[in-house]
Amino acid sequence: MSKKIIATASLAGCFGCHMSILDIDERILDLVELVEFNKSPVDDIKKFTKRVDVGIIEGGCCNSENVENLKYFRENCDVLISLGECAIMGGLPALRNGIPIKECLAEAYLDGPTVGLNTEKIIPNDPELPMILDKVYPCHEVVKIDYYLPGCPPRADLIWDALVALLTGSEMDLPYEVIKFD
Amino acid sequence: MKEKILEIISNYNKDKTRLMDILHDIQSIAGYVDAESIELLHKELGISASQVREVISFYHFYSSEPLGKVNIYLNDSVTAIMHGREAILETFEKECNVKEGSVSEDGQFGLFHTSCIGMNDQEPAAIINGKMFTRLTPYRVKEIVKDLKSGKDIKELIYEGDGGGRNALPGIHSMVCNNIRRRSALLTHDYTPFDVTKKVLANTSPEAIIDVVEASNIRGRGGAGFPTGMKWKFGRKAVGDHHVIICNADEGEPGTFKDRVILTEFPELVFEGMVIAGYAVGADIGLLYLRYEYKYLLNYLNGILADMRSKKLLGNGINKIEGFNFDIRIQLGAGAYICGEESALIESLEGKRGEPRDKPPFPVERGYLNYPTVVNNVETLALIPKIITKGSDWFLGLGNKASAGTKILSISGDCNYPGIYEVEWGTTIKDILDMSGSLDVQAIQVAGPSGALIGEKDFGRQISYTDLPTGGSMIVFGKERDILNDVVMNFLNFFIEESCGSCSTCRNMTSVLKERFTKILNGRGVKSDIDDLLNWSELLKVSRCGLGQTAANPITSSITNFRHLYENLIQKDVVFDTGFDLEESVKASCAAVGRQPILHNM
Repeated sequence: MSKKIIATASLAGCFGCHMSILDIDERILDLVELVEFNKSPVDDIKKFTKRVDVGIIEGGCCNSENVENLKYFRENCDVLISLGECAIMGGLPALRNGIPIKECLAEAYLDGPTVGLNTEKIIPNDPELPMILDKVYPCHEVVKIDYYLPGCPPRADLIWDALVALLTGSEMDLPYEVIKFD
Repeated sequence: MKEKILEIISNYNKDKTRLMDILHDIQSIAGYVDAESIELLHKELGISASQVREVISFYHFYSSEPLGKVNIYLNDSVTAIMHGREAILETFEKECNVKEGSVSEDGQFGLFHTSCIGMNDQEPAAIINGKMFTRLTPYRVKEIVKDLKSGKDIKELIYEGDGGGRNALPGIHSMVCNNIRRRSALLTHDYTPFDVTKKVLANTSPEAIIDVVEASNIRGRGGAGFPTGMKWKFGRKAVGDHHVIICNADEGEPGTFKDRVILTEFPELVFEGMVIAGYAVGADIGLLYLRYEYKYLLNYLNGILADMRSKKLLGNGINKIEGFNFDIRIQLGAGAYICGEESALIESLEGKRGEPRDKPPFPVERGYLNYPTVVNNVETLALIPKIITKGSDWFLGLGNKASAGTKILSISGDCNYPGIYEVEWGTTIKDILDMSGSLDVQAIQVAGPSGALIGEKDFGRQISYTDLPTGGSMIVFGKERDILNDVVMNFLNFFIEESCGSCSTCRNMTSVLKERFTKILNGRGVKSDIDDLLNWSELLKVSRCGLGQTAANPITSSITNFRHLYENLIQKDVVFDTGFDLEESVKASCAAVGRQPILHNM
């Protein structure tokens, strides 16, 4: 059986979900038997080099680059998974939702307690910079998402079980404790 | 000012359950409830400052921020919009130099929107400093604002004279019209006020009264249709130091205005109905909860109560019946649709936010201040004296088997003769449309936004507790109306605005539904969006009260009966679309930092 191909990305996230992927410990050796990584921070491949079976997305979309990246994943992956709170619901970055973007930028660059060095009172606007979205969007509000793995971060076992189930076509055991958060 | 506020608080014996009245009084002398007043209320009433704030913020007509000297609340119900609200708003904004939802820079004018104010048959309408102004035109608005600017008193502004009937009485003196167009059991003048109290109660036992009411098969007229006799029986049986009768005059369902007309023309029927209910249930406390929008009736109604007291028709030993002590107080609301729900109404009567209670216990067991409480609609109570006088058989002879008696309909929208129609239960929608002069009808909203939007194929159906139940609101939409954009969207906004926020289903799902609905309107919808709307609507049914449970009805009933309107809008060859629009979503930030959006290859 040829190896399944996996790609991952962290958008508006903290890389905590990727840390949790690594938390599968020595099972990563088993994983390597099962899969081959393509575009991912794990191997630092920047562009897709082939069609991918499973794409895993951490983080929601807070700027135009996230959107571009997410769409790029959707085009190149057969199955796309939202991994963790931020991808699924926006997470902590989405705390700014509901506050007008103008106020957010003013607080971050002009009025906040840590803006002392910005003596010229500039809000970054270089064309090279990604454009900030009006709010933070969960991934499924931008592209079609096939599966959701909840958690902040999702437990390593959950990620492992989900990947094994997906890659071997077997059913997945999802006990209540794994998907309840309070 | 501090002394005045302390005086107000002591006028109500520092009773925290009278917070509604206290806030009204403070606002009437100070214009709003400032931080200092809140602090005083906290100290004097023994409740926390946040408890005071949560009440102020709950009700539309209280404010903890300064308002204008003159405050204009412009109704935004769908009928107002159909009759030219936009032009009225523009004229107010221009003449008063103020944007809707704010106070003008000179502090002269406040201009706000408000949910249906019970004037659907004479829209566009506005409440200006508590006074009702109906049938507004841009021309009239200019006149009104000019006079207000010249310092005229609000009472001098009624150029058109008074509305008909008792609206012309000095106690009301309002331009509001009754528009009674069809009279039957309740609205006919075959009633001598207080005859039942004077002649029947002394020689009839409370149980016998309940028996007549029960035999008449009368059910609650507010919409839920609970058998009135049974409710009274439960109330009488329940044990408590006091028993309470509440008349629910908080008609807030958009499109209904019949209680306003009953209270204007037949308040004696309503009050006598309360007295009879008090006698039957063994109650000593009577409360009428009057929605703030009908404040212009308050003095008039209080005058009638005072007259009743002087004639010993209220108070201790009514009509010399020993031990029958019953009095009525009118509580003014402060603008909240949800307070029409009986347990929310009771919370409000106790001076709190109008959030519905968990049931059971039902109000008949533990209601106002935990006393057994019977809550009846204005129309239900007004029918009681007639049922007692004419007998249950007379009442059973009206209407149909499942639904005895008559129903007062409030008909508005695209009809030639909007107004009040009293018809027998069992009348068909077609007859209702014909009698109100509704031509070229596309749809009719039966029972308001929480009811059903039905089209031509259902016009043969009857109003009945078993077919189309209704509290009386009927809004007609002509062929040229855009049902989804104008009607359904208006109703969705209404529920979002009026949700008390207690249940997460009602607080959140209403907005989620609106988002998905908007996506369809914007041409980005796909077929699965229609299914999603229907499936998600189910979630609302777990909400605690009727508002939440019915808040998706505008969606579900328009999909059920006007599915083609949705299907015309969805994309034909696309099966999935999130509706995400990058250009739209970066617009605000690019404008804020002063750069041009770059959208190529995305």
